[in-house]
Amino acid sequence: MTPNDFLPVLITFFVVGGFAGITLIATHILGPKRYSKEKHDIYECGLDYIGDSRKPFSVKFYLVAVLFVIFDLEVVFMYPWAVNFRHLGLFGFVSMGIFLVILTVGLLYEWKKGALEWE
Amino acid sequence: MLDLSIVMSMAFLVEKSIVTVFIFIVVLAVVAYATLGERKIAGYLQDRHGPNRAGIGKHKLWGILQPIADGTKFFMKEDIIPDKANKILFVLAPTFTFCAAGFIMAAIPFGDRITIFGREVLLQIADINLGILYILAIGSLGVYGIAMGGWASNNKYSLMGGLRTVSQMISYEIVMGLALVALMIDHGTPALRQIVIQQSGPIWHWSVFSHPLGFLLFYISVFAECSRMPFDLPEAENELVAGYHTEYSSMKFGLFQFGEYTHMTLASCFIATLYFGGWTIPWVAVPENPGLIWGIISFGVLWIKALFFLFVFMWVRWTLPRFRYDQLLYLGWKKLIPLAIFNIFLTAGLILLFQKFGIAG
Amino acid sequence: MQGVMFIVLALVTLFSALMVITRKDPVSSILYLVLTFFCFAGFYVLLGAQFLAAVQIIVYAGAIAVLFLFVVMMLNLREPEAEEGKELIPIWKPLGYAVGIGVGIVFLSYLASSPGPAIPPLNGGDEIYAMGRADFLGKALFTDFILPFEIAGVLLLAAVLGAVALAKKKRV
Repeated sequence: MTPNDFLPVLITFFVVGGFAGITLIATHILGPKRYSKEKHDIYECGLDYIGDSRKPFSVKFYLVAVLFVIFDLEVVFMYPWAVNFRHLGLFGFVSMGIFLVILTVGLLYEWKKGALEWE
Repeated sequence: MLDLSIVMSMAFLVEKSIVTVFIFIVVLAVVAYATLGERKIAGYLQDRHGPNRAGIGKHKLWGILQPIADGTKFFMKEDIIPDKANKILFVLAPTFTFCAAGFIMAAIPFGDRITIFGREVLLQIADINLGILYILAIGSLGVYGIAMGGWASNNKYSLMGGLRTVSQMISYEIVMGLALVALMIDHGTPALRQIVIQQSGPIWHWSVFSHPLGFLLFYISVFAECSRMPFDLPEAENELVAGYHTEYSSMKFGLFQFGEYTHMTLASCFIATLYFGGWTIPWVAVPENPGLIWGIISFGVLWIKALFFLFVFMWVRWTLPRFRYDQLLYLGWKKLIPLAIFNIFLTAGLILLFQKFGIAG
Repeated sequence: MQGVMFIVLALVTLFSALMVITRKDPVSSILYLVLTFFCFAGFYVLLGAQFLAAVQIIVYAGAIAVLFLFVVMMLNLREPEAEEGKELIPIWKPLGYAVGIGVGIVFLSYLASSPGPAIPPLNGGDEIYAMGRADFLGKALFTDFILPFEIAGVLLLAAVLGAVALAKKKRV
């Protein structure tokens, strides 16, 4: 495993990205362009739109994102453990057990506090 | 005199470029026909024909040219960017969604080695040691295309659709990660080619038989990640018009659609690879010196398995009703995540027991 | 090959990092931040730390930047109006320059004293690169560094409690 093994990944990036780019340019050139005020307005079920969509939204989404970051970190810690589990044996089981119990306490806390409720 | 290592690496680059382009074309073809397949399956499930007109000349051939007709129409439509939209992000969003889906293909083992013109070529773009982690990493980037599309459109429906999708995808990403941890405990590596080879032999070597719960969790989270039917809230048309792509037209909309189907197709390949033996055939040993025929067969075997899961995606879509948004998050956080943690302990505990009593797990 | 890759990556990183702090539109700023994180992952790959590269993308680009994006979208930032000439406190600008120059001097003096870039040689054998794999990292983490690992768990617990306490406070 050397960095050279990642060159094909880079090739994939170029191939897929190139395809998407060419597609967008092609559709821009091929399609007709007729400007009209109504057509280029924001869609709101056919009525004139009211206000702006740059509105603050529920703090719930933010809470989900925060919890996601924390749990994602937890999962990231588990990958190197999982790969080595067969060598670590009972010791690995217990150490990850402690780690997970600590985090399950967190999950239970937010559960009891109602952070997972979406009303 | 030419440096031999440069010649070697040039040959390597050329070989990999050809493999990449070949696999990409196959994926695109499958994706294009998946759009037709979806409508056909929807048709049969609802006791009607589905698209059946776009054939060759007089022969309708079950609408075999429908994807080409659709594609042409996408290209010829007007490319509208709303006045109030953030122009750059609005154009970038579909590109990003499609790319994030397409990049997944780099790590998937599409087949065994194949011998062409005396050169042994691996039917996998990058046999990297990261495998699963690479796919998880790229999958976690898919969120941006949708968030960008929702935000840049400056439309209330788009914004709500985008936000919902992001929350849903990140919640189920944890479930997916936890389910894969259990799988990695068993295989001891995130490298996909090794995982496939470990599953060769009798059919009960397939991981789905040793990880039934993990497979179920993973499969559910794949549905949520692709925002497919029971979880297609981002596009809940009776609430949000069309969600984050309400304002999109022409091929920009097409790329969103294409991205969704690419994501589904490659996710099907990923499921087949992880839990159903990938390109191996049950009871058939992986040959030491694979020739041309074996390479083609292994490639075909993976696609047969993947197409089955692609079919299940569509079958489910036209069978199940949609979740409500709070139900979706409850399911993710209150049911699936605790279940996934339990699954990890179960797997780890069983492996310890097997090790203790000397049974090869 | 790796030298060329490094220079290309470094240029892209510098460009996107500059864009992060110069964009007026906060959402574009964050997208450039994601690009910067992606480039960091590229550096990790060049250094042979593949697992860290994946973690860099999963955690930073895939999770933390999503959080930033949510915050920015939530703060109701529309296309920013020009606010030039509206200095908050006149001391901030010179202070900022001073800190910037100071940090720059520290970095440059470090660079001057360090023995040069630590990129492993391309033909340096697989052992060097194997160090960056998940299994090697795991072996170290679960033998020598087991206590820091468990403490990290406590830290994450504290983060959960903090997040819930902050977000739930406003509710009646």
